Amino acid sequence: MVRHALLQLKPEKGRIGRNLEHLQQTLLRLRDEGVDVAVVPEAYPTGYFLQGGVRELALEAAELEDRLGSWHAAQYREPLDLVIGFYERDGGSYYNAAAYLELGGRGLVHLHRKIFLPTYGVFDEERFLDRGHELASFATRFGRAALLICEDFWHTVTATTVALQGAEIIYVPSASPARGFAGGAPANVERWATLARAVSGEHGLYVALASLVGSEAGKLMSGGSLIAGPEGEVLARAPEFEEAVLLADVDPGRIPPVRYDNPMLADLKAGLPLIFPELRRLVEEL
Amino acid sequence: MKIVRGIPNHEVLDLNYPLVAAALERFIREELAQRGYAKAVVAASGGVDSSVTLALAARALGPENVHALSLPHRDSSPESVAHARLAAERFGVALETVDITPMVEGYAEQTPDLTPRRKGNVMARARMIVTFDKSEQYHALPLGTGNKTERLFGYFTWHADDSPPVNPLGDLYKTQVWGLAEHLGVPDEIVHKAPTADLEPGQTDEADLGVRYRRADVILEHYLKGYPDDYITGLGYTPEEVALVKRRVNRTHYKRHLPAVALVSSTAIGEFYLRPLDFRLED
Repeated sequence: MVRHALLQLKPEKGRIGRNLEHLQQTLLRLRDEGVDVAVVPEAYPTGYFLQGGVRELALEAAELEDRLGSWHAAQYREPLDLVIGFYERDGGSYYNAAAYLELGGRGLVHLHRKIFLPTYGVFDEERFLDRGHELASFATRFGRAALLICEDFWHTVTATTVALQGAEIIYVPSASPARGFAGGAPANVERWATLARAVSGEHGLYVALASLVGSEAGKLMSGGSLIAGPEGEVLARAPEFEEAVLLADVDPGRIPPVRYDNPMLADLKAGLPLIFPELRRLVEEL
Repeated sequence: MKIVRGIPNHEVLDLNYPLVAAALERFIREELAQRGYAKAVVAASGGVDSSVTLALAARALGPENVHALSLPHRDSSPESVAHARLAAERFGVALETVDITPMVEGYAEQTPDLTPRRKGNVMARARMIVTFDKSEQYHALPLGTGNKTERLFGYFTWHADDSPPVNPLGDLYKTQVWGLAEHLGVPDEIVHKAPTADLEPGQTDEADLGVRYRRADVILEHYLKGYPDDYITGLGYTPEEVALVKRRVNRTHYKRHLPAVALVSSTAIGEFYLRPLDFRLED
């Protein structure tokens, strides 16, 4: 069993020091829970909507690793894995990124740069950020994992790709302004749950969604973080709009039997060569 | 064999009002807190918009942290004042009355050609002067009460009704404000009366606008989402109604923006230099 804590936190805009402190205090409060992996939402250190301010507030991955790593070294003996979304600076380029950090161990294990930058409606990411171009699963202390950020996950081809690469869990830091108030929950929250169930059930893997909360100049980040299991079931779901910690145990041992019963991933591996020529043709046409 | 018919899909204005109310309460709390405030001041006209705003503020902050202001002029309808009191009592909010007659008449005496319409706008701006002064007196942030329909129509006094820094109702059509009012328990006589700016005797919104709110809101929702005119008329709205709605929206875009500034550099504020209104750096 791998104990996960999904930290549905509310940052204060632009206050990186305060926000990292709040994250650290939250982790210390969970000290007796035996957390193996903590997951923090997209853009947590700064808040999500920065426009051109991303240039003033983006962090280098090494800087984030150092700040969290030195804090961890002073507080913990045992390692702690942390997935965190942040705006990343790399030379003159800026990315919406997520890091998988093994604090007290290997440090930065993997860095994912968001590929699908929403630039429509209330979103304007591509005006201020560069796209990532890589999609990779990676080995953690607990198995193979992958990172996708927010809209990356709304295109199920990304999850399919990392599932084919062997991912057993997909971590999804997100920031999703609530919209669509006609149903029982905001429409975007329902959409997230539907996607997480569909993806986890299709590929027989876990999905851990950590979603930001807080009002950013009227955009109410919706929360509703959740963890979905390999049979496509939601194992735990955080409330909307308010800060919360979601604790859930991920059991990698359940994945092989579930995939044996429902061998969609194996079927995909067998069938992919049949549809790949058409996919390639479509990509070349674009 | 069973024949199952699908339900036609269409745009809906109806909302889950308990969910909306909870979100708007959180919005009020968090936006005030972000600015260093825990109290609000609301100009209560006795209409449904300000009554809903009072209700939301009282739920968000506690009634003791909400200052309702009744700001009548001697020509205001007595019903407006009575309804402002009724709403404040319903939601347990203290109501303070400031008579704006001397402010408005002080100017009117010097301005013999002041038309009723201009005088109405002076009243609205006098109310905003008082609201912002009370804001400073009580360290309570003014809440806006303008709804989406009147914002889209430009049917408000510029730099008056639209000036409060935080507005919970600005993305709700009038139809939706009515629905929310019923959920929140706004008194029936306020919800069901004809909406009026009460800037001139006998004035009503729908007579001024030339279209019923419930019809305008459906047209607006479709127009904003990009449906063409013939789609909207296909829903049972007349070409004249559609044209009127579009005309009102497109004649008033300037009222929904900050003033035009001559751009001469590549650091022009709001054009090149872009920061969200809540942006800040660590102290």
